[in-house]
Amino acid sequence: MATATITTNGGNGATTKPAPVRAAALNSIGLSKLDYKGLESTLCNGCGHDSISSQIITACYELGLKPENIVKFSGIGCSSKSPAYFLSRSFGFNALHGRMPSVAQGALLANHKLIGLGVSGDGDTGSIGIGQFLHVIRRNLRMVYIIENNGVYGLTKGQFSATADLGQELKHAGVNEFPPLDLCHLAIVAGAGFVARSFAGDPKQVVELLKAAFSFRGTAVIDIISPCVTFNNHEDSTKSYSWGKSHDERINDFGFIMAQEEIRVEYEPGEVKEVEMFDGSKIVLKKLDGSHDPTDKEAALRLLMEAHDKQLFITGLIYINGERPNLAETFRLGDTPLAYLPESKLRPPRESLEGIMRAMM
Amino acid sequence: MLRDVTTPLPPKEIGVNPQASVPTMSEPIVNDFSIMVATKNGSGSQTANLALLRALFKMGIPVSGKNVFPSNIQGRPTWYFIRVSKDGYIARRDTTEIVVSLNPESALEDHAAVAPGGVFIYADDIGLPIQRNDIHYYAIPVKELARAHESDPKLRTYVANMVYVGALCYLLGIDVDEVEAALKYHFKGKPKPVESNMRVVRAALAWASEHLIKTDPYRVERMDKTKGLILIDGNTAAALGAIYGGVTFVAWYPITPATSLADALYQYLPKLRLDPETKRPTYAIVQAEDELAALGMVMGAGWAGARAMTSTSGPGISLMAEFAGLGFFAEIPAVIWDVQRVGPATGLPTRTSQGDILKVHYLGHGDAKHPVLLPGNVAECFEFGWRAFDLAERLQTPIFVLSDLDLGMNQWMSPPFEYPDQPMDRGKVLTEEQVNASKGFARYKDVDGDGIGWRTLPGNQSPFAAYFTRGSGHNERALLSERPEDWENNMLRLQRKFETARKLMPRPVVELDPEAEVGIIGFGSTDPAIQEARDLLRQQGVLTSYLRLRALPMNEDTTLFLAAHKRIYVVEVNAEGQLAQLVQLHAPHDAAKVRSIHKLDGLPLSARWISEAILYQETYKREG
Ligand SMILES: Cc1ncc(C[n+]2csc(CCOP(=O)(O)OP(=O)(O)O)c2C)c(N)n1
Ligand code: SF4
Ligand SMILES: [Mg+2]
Repeated sequence: MATATITTNGGNGATTKPAPVRAAALNSIGLSKLDYKGLESTLCNGCGHDSISSQIITACYELGLKPENIVKFSGIGCSSKSPAYFLSRSFGFNALHGRMPSVAQGALLANHKLIGLGVSGDGDTGSIGIGQFLHVIRRNLRMVYIIENNGVYGLTKGQFSATADLGQELKHAGVNEFPPLDLCHLAIVAGAGFVARSFAGDPKQVVELLKAAFSFRGTAVIDIISPCVTFNNHEDSTKSYSWGKSHDERINDFGFIMAQEEIRVEYEPGEVKEVEMFDGSKIVLKKLDGSHDPTDKEAALRLLMEAHDKQLFITGLIYINGERPNLAETFRLGDTPLAYLPESKLRPPRESLEGIMRAMM
Repeated sequence: MLRDVTTPLPPKEIGVNPQASVPTMSEPIVNDFSIMVATKNGSGSQTANLALLRALFKMGIPVSGKNVFPSNIQGRPTWYFIRVSKDGYIARRDTTEIVVSLNPESALEDHAAVAPGGVFIYADDIGLPIQRNDIHYYAIPVKELARAHESDPKLRTYVANMVYVGALCYLLGIDVDEVEAALKYHFKGKPKPVESNMRVVRAALAWASEHLIKTDPYRVERMDKTKGLILIDGNTAAALGAIYGGVTFVAWYPITPATSLADALYQYLPKLRLDPETKRPTYAIVQAEDELAALGMVMGAGWAGARAMTSTSGPGISLMAEFAGLGFFAEIPAVIWDVQRVGPATGLPTRTSQGDILKVHYLGHGDAKHPVLLPGNVAECFEFGWRAFDLAERLQTPIFVLSDLDLGMNQWMSPPFEYPDQPMDRGKVLTEEQVNASKGFARYKDVDGDGIGWRTLPGNQSPFAAYFTRGSGHNERALLSERPEDWENNMLRLQRKFETARKLMPRPVVELDPEAEVGIIGFGSTDPAIQEARDLLRQQGVLTSYLRLRALPMNEDTTLFLAAHKRIYVVEVNAEGQLAQLVQLHAPHDAAKVRSIHKLDGLPLSARWISEAILYQETYKREG
């Protein structure tokens, strides 16, 4: 049977058994969940973003990631405030509105040994930051990129964002006259090799997706519908808890298996698909209705387009392909992070300058 | 009168005036004149011009070269100015004695530009409709010579430019071997292009010596005034400076006139900065999606401990404003080169200006302000190239370096660059052990009284090292705070830090004349013109002192300089005298002494213009 770290995303078709409880509730590197906590949240009670923060804590704890090796990035918005509420022992950079990707690129090239975790909102990514979003994906920076998608601007009090539904009505903003952008669709088109959608009301799925995302080679995009209880949570909003709960259609269930674990999983042949990840870990996918193959890019795009047209709320791993080298690989960076190279590696010798000068005489 | 029969006359249809008198041969004028080459851009004339310039330089004669080019890829008029000066003056001159005219479109204008007594060398098919009687003419069969000596029609337009190089070799006495040496430098030793170009140079020289008889007095002679000097553009100098300063991260977006800085980084980084053991780069360079992202990346990299830089020009600076403010407030080291061009908006993108000094000093909203380095020559481009990183990391703030198109893209003589004379200053960074040993790390605490806190870098393994960097209000421990006293305290500390910057930034270069009532203040690429203008003013009996600023904020040196003179002329290349305003703000009690000498037409200032502008005020407006 499977070992302790294999977890599943819910009761349906579990491939593994839940983790046995360890005595001191310490993870593989000897830390307790408290070591992954942040400051107390200042977001509205019941905000979807807080639920996601909890799942980030759980995922990092269960993966046994060292907080000191994780760097958090965010833009501006309620969602982008949330990195203060998890992983206090991790460095964080709360950047500018829509500009998280550029800051993350600089930092993670300066130190490509760090584990990048970006948190953004639908306004931050889908409106002001759409350019940087596509370009960081295009360059395939290794990072987890979470969009906490509530269809509104929470922090500026309820204006429509670029993911709001066409024709949607909000108290202050009125009627939305433009169609939504599908950020998962755009991510695939821009070259993302890990694209998933989830729901803040489905914590287990969020955790599993996060764990897989941390093991991905490049930019891993997770679009998480994260209800804004204050401005966009009425029943007919597709970004509300009630809509999410009644419409969530999982396209797959899967278990995430960490690299260092001895794995023995039992399953019926043909029912599941294994995908090996960058760090040697594995995702074991169980198809629910046998239709969607997340390694098929065209199928992924078709699925998203259909869901978009029919207003279906599909969740799960939509697309995965780890072939493309990430940005640090493209730049052939060595073992020592650029930020930690000593002066002897950075300042070329005196004679080299003299040679250049002589040639210019 | 004395037109030599072998000198081809200007084409018939232009109606030669039979009475036209041509100046007689006077005393030779040696190593003291300007050449203007008028061509079309995209025609390859840049190679010819640079070869000419370097050949003269290699003959030991002080030179300067300035490219005045259009914002266009092919076919628009472009001019190259070479000044030859035995006395070492290298500023742009308003007059040109020798004009080489290859472009029919600008021929009339170029013809009119020849100084009386000067020389007009032109392609024989240029179709000039008028003739002057006060200058010398030499017509050259440019097309024929190119056709005869270059079989590849694709290359013909390019090598055609070598025809005037050959003709000038004959007419001025330029050593053709030095032209060859210059071409070898230009083509980085590749023999083929050197050969094909030299074939045309030599053919044109032979043709000229056979068919032209020299009637004008201009010529060059070998000197030894450039011995040991180099010839280089400011952008290459800046790139080299950055490389010897240990740059580890570059993000940039193409824009004239800053692009060649990034080009030079791409050229030299792989040569100088691969790890000798692993052969892997010790740097990363990203062409960003725009300048906004470029500075965002630089911020991320500087925050994480890289020596990070970007280079841009005015429009890019505008896009960088929000990040610049964040960098100031979140205290992130970064180096931003602004190679200025004429704005606002797209402006004159291929012409020079000093119009961004106020902008970069205060870039960002609220109370943001930044130290600015002001290199005045290529050697300082190199020096500030590395020093900027030391200052940025010491002061934990963005450092702007203000160059311009004239300094950045034109060729300048310089003593060889000096290897950095001090080890890198990586600023106040706590290690894991130091954090563990400290009684609680507080990122923004003014431990040393200089306004600069200690920082930690991501990757530090101490569980107490991390902090959350943000643009919103924070207290000493980097925690979000909206308390009025926390905001005020933090801003007061940032002011103390700015005072520290005032002490650390390079001091101005001051030349005091104890008898002078007049002081001149300038910065950047105007230095040669101001130096020459001071000589011209001295000849008119106006003695001057000179302070060349090398950084903002200004310090005591400027205060004292103002106090020591009765009238202060602040010279700059912009439309309203931006530095003059900053000088007045710096020393309000002496503000009334400050007079602005500014001009912005896209060209570098000339010494004559500066001296006349000052002389006018000294003659008619001595009293305020
Ligand atoms: C340049 C700039 N423009 C506007 C703002 C104001 N602003 C702050 S947050 C925000 C929208 C945030 O929306 P979203 O990313 O969806 O985050 P949410 O609050 O919904 O989680 C805006 C417009 C800003 N901070 N910066
Ligand atoms: S306004 Fe909306 S998004 Fe912001 S904290 Fe409240 S519930 Fe969350
Ligand atoms: Mg939102």
